[in-house]
Amino acid sequence: MKILVPLKRVADPDNANKVKVTAGKLDTTGMQWKPNPFDEYAVETALRLTENGANTKARLGEVIVVTVGPKEAEQQLRGALATGADRAIRVDANDEDIDGDVVARALKSIIEKEQPDLVLLGKQAVDGDSNQVAQLLAEYLGWPQATFAGSIKSEDDKALLVGREVDGGTLTLRVTLPAIVSVDLRIVAPTSVSSKASPAHTYADGVRFAALMAIMAAKKKPLVEMKLADVVSDAASKIAYGGYELPPARKAGIKVKDVAELVDKLRNEARVV
Amino acid sequence: MSHTLVIAELHEGKVRKSTLSAVSFARQVSQPFDVLVIGAGAAAAAAELTGFGAGKVLVADDASLANYICERFAPTVAALGKGYKVVVATASSFGKDLAPRVAAKLGAGYVADISGVTAEGGKLVYRRPVFAGNAYGSCTLATAIQVVTVRQSEFGAAEASGGASAVESVPVQPADAAAARVEFISLEGAKSERPDLGEARVIVSGGRALKEQFAQVLDPLANLLGAAVGASRAACDAGYAPAELQVGQTGRIVAPTLYVAVGISGAIQHLAGMKGSKTIVAINKDAEAPIFQVADYGLVADLFAAVPAMVSSLK
Repeated sequence: MKILVPLKRVADPDNANKVKVTAGKLDTTGMQWKPNPFDEYAVETALRLTENGANTKARLGEVIVVTVGPKEAEQQLRGALATGADRAIRVDANDEDIDGDVVARALKSIIEKEQPDLVLLGKQAVDGDSNQVAQLLAEYLGWPQATFAGSIKSEDDKALLVGREVDGGTLTLRVTLPAIVSVDLRIVAPTSVSSKASPAHTYADGVRFAALMAIMAAKKKPLVEMKLADVVSDAASKIAYGGYELPPARKAGIKVKDVAELVDKLRNEARVV
Repeated sequence: MSHTLVIAELHEGKVRKSTLSAVSFARQVSQPFDVLVIGAGAAAAAAELTGFGAGKVLVADDASLANYICERFAPTVAALGKGYKVVVATASSFGKDLAPRVAAKLGAGYVADISGVTAEGGKLVYRRPVFAGNAYGSCTLATAIQVVTVRQSEFGAAEASGGASAVESVPVQPADAAAARVEFISLEGAKSERPDLGEARVIVSGGRALKEQFAQVLDPLANLLGAAVGASRAACDAGYAPAELQVGQTGRIVAPTLYVAVGISGAIQHLAGMKGSKTIVAINKDAEAPIFQVADYGLVADLFAAVPAMVSSLK
């Protein structure tokens, strides 16, 4: 199976509370760039779906990672190559000049050329939290979409049984490829992804780490650069941010000494029980 | 001609209460609005929404819409959406799946998960959280039609305003060609007597510290308070709580009157999902846990003793 995985770099989500606003603009100075965690899950999913249980060195298919971003974002692409992706594409753009819609249209153009069987995306980038590119892309391509996937079972690489995490439960769809699938947190649980060729062992929880040798080897894997103008005729964003601000600080609370005091406060001060 | 089209969500033949958050948005925009009820059984459910001040309650009812499949719903929503300035849904898993595809069909801009809206100089300015709620952005869309989803925790459920909107049946459009490649298999929900997380007045939420005793410790307190039960990502990942209970940046975003965080350390992504709550209680044995920074009332204690004591005291 040929799988394309879009990947975005984000300012360190584990330190999202360090984001600052300077003169109405977001300021992530001092925060490290990391791959968007959901995109890492999508890469892991792609690697599991193309795994050859009989011979782990000979994978069954190809995994292509794509980013739309500046030169520095190649570091995150190389990271994905080191964990097992085969090649990478970077569409050159400044983060602040594009929105999710431009990204979706750029991806459409690349997908029409690459013709993958499956496009796997993270359900949202944890900086903008918009949760939109997979759905936009599906419509632009006229492909079926299965968003928020917590499990995927490949049926002979012709169709996927996708368990979608929806409010209050799991909605299972069968999508015939080619299709767009966006992945949720639980996709990297040990038995969430399976195919006929899956290895006998279950996976470790989470994403795989690259071995040092693989990191060295990844430097030699193909990484192609494209210009945004080569993939979209109109690079205008539909959304414009006028400014940012920090949320109002929450009023400092108090520590209570015991359960009796807690219940008293809830009854007589907050009046919520 | 109405300005805003509200997309209602159906569940088991009834309108989901989350729909009323999108109605709140439409009222705040202060322009005439219509509501679209779409799905098999929509005609029977439409009466639930005629008392909220909509110009019309539009009904798209067809057997082919028995189960939600985006590629079957989006064409009808988009065909109607053409006649409006703004198309709005609540940012539930339904709204988040459907709205961007509708926007793409309309060539419309899309703003996800907004927390507020104002009109400035004839333009709608949308406010929305970014970076897990650690900053808020104000944005506008350049397109003639705009598609938005609203955060249920920030747009309270609209109250009925009386009156009787006209109910009008609208044609169901043919499904996208892609619909032939999507087959509904099942919808499995945990049956619960408790209120939905998005609608609960009180939420009792647990972390990994509860281990296998998650339900055993939290259920008595939740039952007593008529609360919904939530969980941290760590508790869900470890299998102590089902995934659909997860509260956080990438789970459910909630803002109840009372949120009781039990054995939850307060990771950034969890705080993003609950710090809009009116009153927050944290019970944790680690006095340095970040959850205490957002808690109105913090209790440093062993939860296995404190929660049962709280239940006894509240009885």
